Amino acid sequence: MNKNKKLYFEIDGKACYAEDGQSVIDAAKANGVFIPSLCHVEGVKAAGSCRVCNVKINGRNMTACTTPVTDGMVVENDIPELNELRQAIIEVLFVSGNHFCPSCEKSGNCELQALAYRYQMLVPRFPYEFPIKGVDASSEHIFHDRNRCIMCKRCIRTVTKDGKNVFAFNGRGGEHLHVVMDEKLASQLTEEEAQEAMEICPVGAILKKEQGYLVPIGERKFDKLPIGSDIENK
Amino acid sequence: MSKPVLATTSLAGCFGCHMSLLDIDERILELIELVEFNKSPIDDIKTFTKQCDIGLIEGGCCNSENIEVLKDFRKHCKILVSVGECAIMGGLPALRNGLSVKECIEEAYLNGPTVGLNTEKILPNDDELPMILDRVYPCHEIVKIDYYLPGCPPTADLIWNALVALVTGDELKLPYEVVKFD
Repeated sequence: MNKNKKLYFEIDGKACYAEDGQSVIDAAKANGVFIPSLCHVEGVKAAGSCRVCNVKINGRNMTACTTPVTDGMVVENDIPELNELRQAIIEVLFVSGNHFCPSCEKSGNCELQALAYRYQMLVPRFPYEFPIKGVDASSEHIFHDRNRCIMCKRCIRTVTKDGKNVFAFNGRGGEHLHVVMDEKLASQLTEEEAQEAMEICPVGAILKKEQGYLVPIGERKFDKLPIGSDIENK
Repeated sequence: MSKPVLATTSLAGCFGCHMSLLDIDERILELIELVEFNKSPIDDIKTFTKQCDIGLIEGGCCNSENIEVLKDFRKHCKILVSVGECAIMGGLPALRNGLSVKECIEEAYLNGPTVGLNTEKILPNDDELPMILDRVYPCHEIVKIDYYLPGCPPTADLIWNALVALVTGDELKLPYEVVKFD
């Protein structure tokens, strides 16, 4: 463990060290502790939109992605109460979209699905909404399927063409709020940029065209090991 | 003691889950020692002849017949298990849930690319035919379901482990590689 780091804090009793200004989730990762998240992208300003990274900091529920580490902080992470809460959030995300895993190209590489596996969701406790959402296939390299969008804002915060956002929120509140793709900007994306956009999406809402099901079942990202194993087994 | 009685059915499913059950390979000989089959496509018994212990349900409910069969299963089985994505959340048939029944029927019998032979533009309307529901329903929205085995299909190992656990009363172990949604 790197003891040169400035701040000392604890996660579930484990001694951890963080740099000044580092978020709890990034610092946890650096110390080999997995805190689940669907909206966080390292190096990009945190949004705190998915709430899956909820931890207890000095006894209070806080999102680990938006909270910087302070010296002596006591963090609870892998405890039944929080894991139960996370499972509930994941189940809400499953029922509030149209997540047909068997027919989704992202299946096996999907972070929402991977978290459902990790927290052993067998069936959501909430009724399925089957909302009506659109698919935008206007771009040359990208399918944008809003049925699978979980509103994490990762694409809004990262996918740009020459500094202009390709994806943005449209509408306000409840069923009106959705992510739209700028058709013109999206069409200017190169194949590599389209691939990056697909990878930034935690679910299958952004897919690169003409390359479905590239990796066989059994060899995909989360087929053999739960999400977060790479951090925990480092 | 007599053997536990098992019943299975496929509602709005593709029989893939039943195929996965058969995928237990030579363990099917053990299965026959372990349980007695009642109403099931496996032995082709069409109606319940006694009360059963376990009912395996493949597929969700897309028409009135599915509902009737599912309620019949609930009545005759002590334990009902939703097997596979379709039973759990509607699965691929539920992709129609954003469309009206009218749109679905018209696409299937009038406007689809493969309906050229239907020159008289007949829509199925015989009284014998089950009614299409307004949407596809997961089984647990129709009757109480006791256990869920996800997968499309659930792996043979998952179905086998679950059956053995149910029959023996042992705790079901769910190793990471065995529970998948696809």
